[in-house]
Amino acid sequence: MNSQKERRICMDFSAGKPVDPRIIDEMLIYMNSSFGNPSSIHTLGQEAKKAIEKSREAVAKLVNAEEPGTIIFTSGATESNNLAIKGIANRNKNRGTKILTSSVEHMSIVNPCKLMIRKGFQVVFLPVDRFGLLDLDKLETELDDNTTIVSIVYANGEIGTIEPMKEISKIVHTKKAYLHVDATAACGQIPIDVQAENIDLLTISSNDMYGPKGVGALYIKKGTSIEPIIQGGGQERGLRSGTENVAGILGFAKAAEIAQNEMHRHSKRITKLRDDLIKGLIDPIPHAYLNGHPTQRLPDNVSTRYSFIEGESILLSLDIMGIYASSGSACAAKTLQPSHVLLALGLQPEEAHGSLMLTLGRDNTQEHVDELKSVLPNIVKRLRDMSPLTPKDLKS
Amino acid sequence: MYTDKVMEHFRNPRNMGEIPNADGIGTVGNPVCGDLMTMYIKVKENRIENIKFKTYGCGAAIATSSMTTELAKGKTLEEAMKITRASVADSLGGLPKVKMHCSNLAADALHAAIEDYREKTKK
Repeated sequence: MNSQKERRICMDFSAGKPVDPRIIDEMLIYMNSSFGNPSSIHTLGQEAKKAIEKSREAVAKLVNAEEPGTIIFTSGATESNNLAIKGIANRNKNRGTKILTSSVEHMSIVNPCKLMIRKGFQVVFLPVDRFGLLDLDKLETELDDNTTIVSIVYANGEIGTIEPMKEISKIVHTKKAYLHVDATAACGQIPIDVQAENIDLLTISSNDMYGPKGVGALYIKKGTSIEPIIQGGGQERGLRSGTENVAGILGFAKAAEIAQNEMHRHSKRITKLRDDLIKGLIDPIPHAYLNGHPTQRLPDNVSTRYSFIEGESILLSLDIMGIYASSGSACAAKTLQPSHVLLALGLQPEEAHGSLMLTLGRDNTQEHVDELKSVLPNIVKRLRDMSPLTPKDLKS
Repeated sequence: MYTDKVMEHFRNPRNMGEIPNADGIGTVGNPVCGDLMTMYIKVKENRIENIKFKTYGCGAAIATSSMTTELAKGKTLEEAMKITRASVADSLGGLPKVKMHCSNLAADALHAAIEDYREKTKK
């Protein structure tokens, strides 16, 4: 086993990505010689300010924002999502107190929404179908003049399903509500155009496109009524006070540039690996299923599930082989609850427990895919041999 | 997250399987919660002569099942009844806090198997 432990195959890139080596040197300059505070008048400060404004242009370009000033840098996707929900709902509460979102959102949407319920707002978690696609009829019926914000994920990072954003946007804008889109998992993998898709606010994450962790952005369409959630020195047009993370922002922008140039080629290659992996992890194994949509799917996402066994045991078994993966099982979660995303698809908890979530990255190769295809059937078989559950236990 | 001892038992579980004509069978847990385990015992002259388990669950669930069968094998029924969740966890060098409650059920399954045996042999 020791020789196998030395091999490291990461297939959990949505949890964390390496920083693209091409951007690290440039980041270092802004931690080193160009260490100025962008708010300072002197040359050192202005150097930093210039770097931030150039970065803003690059991020704006990636999502085709109308102007760089629409990009507000934050500490990451969680902060961007919090700013969007709280900043819009609170600023517009005289106009309405209803928030619509989906039942397959990240916890950084779910928990701010739950907080807003405690503060007297009405929140509706809209259902999805068994593939994770938003119920558009339900969106239409719930949307009313009291609704100020609709927040829908561009593509869910756990099951990979890409939402029909143009249709969603069309419906949302029949009323005076703002559309916020969490593009954390999608941005950098598939093209996003906030103008063509008529998106009012968009969450973008740096690390998800091989930039440094701890940086993100919120695109806010010009003219949007929003208030800050952090008060202080008034940086980022007053919407995000605090001295800017200059090196991080610069790294984020470089990553955005690289993503824009290489997205097409990278996604094409990864999609091929994805489809091969999905086939190889389902076809040879009985009672194995795909989570999420078969084609409306992020290039990097492979989410499967196996009856009669539990996900954490699969992860540990893979880890022993030097392969790193993730699961929506309760036992693999801090909360001891199975993933709310898998339950929203209509899965039973015991089905969700058997999930295996893989997210591919630039480093993955066909050899990695072949390796996983060769080891997983045996892991599943071993755990099933150990399990008291059998096909007889399946609910009819 | 897990101790080496837990991982060792996860890798090489002891006494995994079923006993076809078991004298006592105990099942605890619920697949909805992600843990379900069954213990099979064979009893001879008031001692656990053979014991096997089947477990659906996380690494901790499998390792505690394996450890419980090791602790119980050869013990008198009275001694085996004294094996607790805490003593199983201790023998494994400890378990993560969140796993102490939900996945550490094997001692309960053992006790249920002994009670099943006692029920069946009651005159």
